[in-house]
Amino acid sequence: MVPEIGQFALILALLLALAQGVLPIVGAARANSAWVSVARPAAQGQFVFVAIAFGCLAWSFANNDFSVLNVATNSNSQLPLQYRIAATWGSHEGSLLLWVLMLGAWTVAVTVFSRHLPEEMVARVVGVMGLVSVGFLLFLLLTSNPFERLFPAAPDGRDLNPLLQDPGMVIHPPMLYMGYVGFSVAFAFAIAALLGGRLDATWARWSRPWTTLAWCFLTLGIMLGSWWAYYELGWGGWWFWDPVENASFMPWLFGTALIHSLAVTEKRGSFKSWTVLLAICAFSLSLLGTFLVRSGVLTSVHAFATDPKRGIFILAFLTVVIGGSLALFAWRAPRVGLGGKFEPVSRESMLLANNVLLVAAAGSVLLGTLYPLFLDALKLGKISVGPPYFDAVFVPLMTPAVFLMGVGPLARWKEASLPEIAVRLKWALGVSLLTALLLPFVMGRWTPLVAFGLLLGAWIIATSAVALKYRLSRHDGNNLWARLRAQPRSYYGMLLAHCGVAVFIIGVTLVKGYETERDVRMAVGDSVTVGSYAFRFDGVQEVSGPNYGGARGTIDVSRGGRHVKVLHPEKRVYHVQQMPMTEAAIDTGIFGDLYVSLGEPVSGGAWSVRVYHKPFVTWIWGGCIIMALGGLLALCDRRYRVSVRRSEAIVTAGGKKGAGASGAAA
Amino acid sequence: MNRFLVPLAVFIVMVAFLAVGLGLNPREVPSPLINKPAPAFRLPQLHLPDKTFSQQDMKGKVWLLNVWASWCVSCRQEHPVLMELAKSNAVPIYGLNYKDPRDDALAWLKQFGDPYVLSIADRDGRVGIDYGVYGVPETFVIDKEGAIRYKQIGPVTPEALRDKILPLVKALQS
Repeated sequence: MVPEIGQFALILALLLALAQGVLPIVGAARANSAWVSVARPAAQGQFVFVAIAFGCLAWSFANNDFSVLNVATNSNSQLPLQYRIAATWGSHEGSLLLWVLMLGAWTVAVTVFSRHLPEEMVARVVGVMGLVSVGFLLFLLLTSNPFERLFPAAPDGRDLNPLLQDPGMVIHPPMLYMGYVGFSVAFAFAIAALLGGRLDATWARWSRPWTTLAWCFLTLGIMLGSWWAYYELGWGGWWFWDPVENASFMPWLFGTALIHSLAVTEKRGSFKSWTVLLAICAFSLSLLGTFLVRSGVLTSVHAFATDPKRGIFILAFLTVVIGGSLALFAWRAPRVGLGGKFEPVSRESMLLANNVLLVAAAGSVLLGTLYPLFLDALKLGKISVGPPYFDAVFVPLMTPAVFLMGVGPLARWKEASLPEIAVRLKWALGVSLLTALLLPFVMGRWTPLVAFGLLLGAWIIATSAVALKYRLSRHDGNNLWARLRAQPRSYYGMLLAHCGVAVFIIGVTLVKGYETERDVRMAVGDSVTVGSYAFRFDGVQEVSGPNYGGARGTIDVSRGGRHVKVLHPEKRVYHVQQMPMTEAAIDTGIFGDLYVSLGEPVSGGAWSVRVYHKPFVTWIWGGCIIMALGGLLALCDRRYRVSVRRSEAIVTAGGKKGAGASGAAA
Repeated sequence: MNRFLVPLAVFIVMVAFLAVGLGLNPREVPSPLINKPAPAFRLPQLHLPDKTFSQQDMKGKVWLLNVWASWCVSCRQEHPVLMELAKSNAVPIYGLNYKDPRDDALAWLKQFGDPYVLSIADRDGRVGIDYGVYGVPETFVIDKEGAIRYKQIGPVTPEALRDKILPLVKALQS
């Protein structure tokens, strides 16, 4: 009964999404205020029904209803409850339902926090998001019904993929999807602006917080995925340039470019058509990522069960959404106008250069991801493009971007003076060069690559400090604290996010430069030394979990004769899928991780054991968290809160007088 | 041309490629062994360990070499297809029992039926390496001259049998 309620709710949601997608947009074009006012209630109603559907699916999972095909293939009665609930989005169908649920949540957020926007703008934004939702709901109902019944019901389920039975995996997809789907808001704003012919600074100001929030989620989502791969796959790697990783990274690069471009559009009115294009591309790549994962066009560890019917549907959907918006762009953007002029040396031009570099990086990732497909389609053979290509392309593109990241915040809008910037930055350059030259010696070994990476990281931090110092010096007041407080939070947010990039770069550099790895056969009592640590293998015991059995090793770690830690790596075999899983044991520290994973048992009670020492590896994810925190800090900026509060006052004041007040708030 | 049309043009080219890509199977890796002589082996038979079997023994016949194991779940999936094929006598099927304890393998055949003329035991997987086996099951079509003409990766599906393997076998036999 419950699955049928869920399916019925989905159908109702589809009908509401249709109303939400069509009526407000037509109403805005024809100035029909009754139709325009459909937007908010339709969006909220649609969200309620999608939430009901999602709840029904989660209920079926939690209650082991194996007469539902989706539950029978992705869950098991032995599966612990938290993973049964997480299994709701562990399958293809369920993760799409999560996608739609989040789209609904973002739309509802737009309807709630848009009271200071003109009604027809809200109508267009909500309408565009409704149309996207129609596409996904149709996809669910026509090709991937999550509530399909199984007759006769299975006695028990086939269990959730053991790789997904992990706390990191429980929150990674929702975070990532929040990011993907969040770009739909920026996309909807861009389309609405193109439709309404109103592309100006106010449009950029409305889009900015949404874009930043989506970007924060995406950053955290990617970080969680990378962290999960690190501890769960047992290879100690944190990024593999897998097509699906790339699919999440490309929207991130475009989103980063979009955030910067929006800043220019808001402050200076320039880059308007470019910003619109970025907003369209960021969301398009989110959709393309969905296509790549679902259609089976590319091989990947992430790929869901492939079905050509689904692939064709998504491709058609992609063509309509992306093709339609790019056609709209080609039609309307030429009339937008150019906005404020700027000199070749100015903050605008530096941000533009940074944008171009980020987009070029995203383009090269896209090319590397799709290149095997292109060759295959042209019957030129099968190849796979791996880390060598991406490393070779990425570093040269990101180096000038990082350099500009240091210079940009110090350059003036409109026209900057190179000598002036050079004078300001000479100390920063000196400090970062010195760091690059000396720090590797402290770490034990000087290599050009390590020095180069440290140079980039130190450059960002040093230039951020210089930028802050100059900014403070321009403010009056003797009290340092008062001057610090006078700076807007968005400024600190920017500095923090930039420093996050620095921390990330330093982490990557030090791991690549100084990690040590041993792959050894160990009998009980054997020792191996990695870095300055000695690892002694104390044997393996049987263990059994709720839905798995396996072996649990004991490894005693000591340093210079002093006991440090006992690590317990595991090798699990999950009962239902008979899939062996490696659970690495990691001693995490701020200066480095000790990482042990069990390989295969070899003769005589010995095991093959992989032991790594990974200095500063946590900085990689720490850097991502700092970036996201920077984004959140920028979101807390006063002007967003003030503008909301001010418009609320106007709405309450204008409520008696009728419509028209909301336009004044803009 | 209007420069604002460039993104659309790029996208249309990409869609064309993606559409073609949908029809391709990225997992289908061409075997370097196609049209090459089947790698030589001489292995003990599974049922009669004293006797051996070699690809030499099949000279002049078209036959299938099916790599299977009792621990392989997909083998169970393809098993009914092989049983049907064996009943039809269209082509002899020989089994390469891959990295499997003898008792398990025999018990498995007893439980699910034995479609093979005979199976050979590749206990340590050496022959499997020669044949480029990277996932069980795999099936090779070998012609009268002892050359590999086709390799099926993954289970033999009724469609693959009907559309690829049987027509090829018929052509090779005539």
